[in-house]
Amino acid sequence: MEHPHQEERVHATEPVVEPGYTFSSVTDKISSIVLRRRTPLWWFAGFAVAFVLAQVLLLSITYLVFTGIGIFGTNVPVGWAMPIINFVWWIGIGHAGTLISAILLLLRQEWRTSINRFAEAMTLFAVACAGIYPVFHLGRPWLAYWLFPYPNTMNIWPQFRSPLMWDVFAVSTYGTVSALFWFIGLIPDFATLRDRARSRPFQWIYGMLAMGWRGSARHWARYEMAYLLLAGLATPLVLSVHTIVSFDFAIGIIPGWHATIFPPYFVAGAIYAGFAMVLLLTIPLRKLYGLEGFITDRHIDNMAKVMLATGLIVLYGYMMEAFFGYYSANQYESYMIHNRQFGPYWYYYWALIFCNGFTPQLLWFKFFRKNTVILWFIAVVVSIGMWLERFVIVITSLHRDFLPSSWGMYQPTIWDWSMFLGTLGLFFSLLFLFIRFLPMISIFEMRTILPQAEIEEEAA
Amino acid sequence: MPQIFHHSTNFLAKLSIFGAIFILIAATWVVAEINRSSWNTGQWVERQQPVQFSHKHHSGDDGIDCRYCHTSVETSSSAGMPPTKTCMNCHSQIWADSPYLAPVRESWRTGKPIEWVRVHDLPDYVYFNHSIHVKKGVGCSTCHGNVAQMPVVYQASSLQMEWCLQCHRNPEQFVRPEAEIYNMEWIPPANQEEAGAQLLKTYHIQPPNILTSCSTCHR
Repeated sequence: MEHPHQEERVHATEPVVEPGYTFSSVTDKISSIVLRRRTPLWWFAGFAVAFVLAQVLLLSITYLVFTGIGIFGTNVPVGWAMPIINFVWWIGIGHAGTLISAILLLLRQEWRTSINRFAEAMTLFAVACAGIYPVFHLGRPWLAYWLFPYPNTMNIWPQFRSPLMWDVFAVSTYGTVSALFWFIGLIPDFATLRDRARSRPFQWIYGMLAMGWRGSARHWARYEMAYLLLAGLATPLVLSVHTIVSFDFAIGIIPGWHATIFPPYFVAGAIYAGFAMVLLLTIPLRKLYGLEGFITDRHIDNMAKVMLATGLIVLYGYMMEAFFGYYSANQYESYMIHNRQFGPYWYYYWALIFCNGFTPQLLWFKFFRKNTVILWFIAVVVSIGMWLERFVIVITSLHRDFLPSSWGMYQPTIWDWSMFLGTLGLFFSLLFLFIRFLPMISIFEMRTILPQAEIEEEAA
Repeated sequence: MPQIFHHSTNFLAKLSIFGAIFILIAATWVVAEINRSSWNTGQWVERQQPVQFSHKHHSGDDGIDCRYCHTSVETSSSAGMPPTKTCMNCHSQIWADSPYLAPVRESWRTGKPIEWVRVHDLPDYVYFNHSIHVKKGVGCSTCHGNVAQMPVVYQASSLQMEWCLQCHRNPEQFVRPEAEIYNMEWIPPANQEEAGAQLLKTYHIQPPNILTSCSTCHR
């Protein structure tokens, strides 16, 4: 029987784990990355570079606190600049992790299994990097705790009408829930590592982290329920967190900021940037650790498709911004979009359209989704593009708004860049530590999707 | 394979959970207490002055009115510290040879002011006006305690913002008749709530939303 779409259908049912793996070989493969004595040389090289950059972050923050935020290129019309751009960029990157671990779990997507642990770790580290900026872009960072509603001798509470206030709650809740979700996911794997570790100290450490997990049926029943509930909680959270981040701008009256499209468009952008980062990291990692059997071409292909889908939403956002700029018949709105396209920062805008609008269109073709080298470069371009998007939204809206007498320009200083490089260093330092000491693929979930786990169903 | 953890770890695990909760609550309580303690606010601390000036003697025993020395309390934001000349009004004759008063005579001779130690020191981002409080029925002892019984002045109130606000939100609990402002012994009558409410009208005291707006104090 000839079916025109036979090939497609075969592809769709391609297993998410390469055939031939058993419970023990999966466990061996993943846990040996953590438990083996010798650390690969490239790990040391990578960690050294990342750690040096993390020191650049500490140095920048120290100089910043002692000198003041005047070391940044931020000025009076452009009161928000690189710190906020980088904050939104990092928060956005974190969102793919929650999408993979929570939303895809609710949708029962099996292919999430081999990437969710890694993506959740990425979320956590990205949130850690993002969390630095809201504190240290403050002129008086030592008073940042005033943002929390705690009973104090001043009888003062934070202003609950400010989206910056909501940011505090959004980001701290997001960080906490992500950490919880990640940790709960790790408990059965800690138990595996505990049982496989050969030296006493590691048995203790993994044993304490496993909290006495024995894997009884009662444990598992509650575990699955708790995990599902957390996924159900994390899903609205991931949508609301970036929505709240977008409110930072959309609540403002600035042309280019005051747009109702921002919440969904920011969330789509976050998932877009996040998936680009997951691809950016998984493509080299699966090569280095030989994990192609777990993170198969199907995973890469699916992630590229999600990236394409969210990239199209983002492109729609750019088109709507431009359309409504002119459609509004408001001179400030139309000037805003004209200024983006032809003003002093025109090259940022068009670079953004190139990176985020045109480049991902390649993902329509299977050739580019299959070719990991090209896909890796597309992910780099998208990451840069999403940084440019925040630059365009923040800077071009602020530097020219209502009063021509308060038009200015913005030029980042070396400290703007050193902070950004520093957070990249922090992110990669944490990531390197993660891949060395924790299982980067969820062992127990991998075991559940093996053909071996389906014996019962066949018998029934 | 031998057991990794000894049986006693069960106890440690339980202890760590309860301990964490206890430590968190205790830490919160300790921080709140330290913030309000006299170690932080300087309340109740008797400050040593260059001259052992006794309010108890001058005001309590001699019955000198507060305004004799703190002249500008009714007209100015600052109650004013008396200059050396005020001291010398009496002490050029009374106790004129006392070694106790040597720094005062020294100041009188050289024209160099006495360096009194400030007991009630608000931060400079707080604008406090004495005259408005005195004119609207807030007596000295409400904020400064019974100074007429203080050999050495100490800060009787915390001066923390929550302390200011409790009166700005409910002034009727604290205001007194005009005649009693400088009476250090005044205690609120049994019907303070009603009397106070009446006095609010007499003094035309603004409602709390105005009294507690930022620009009232943080100008």
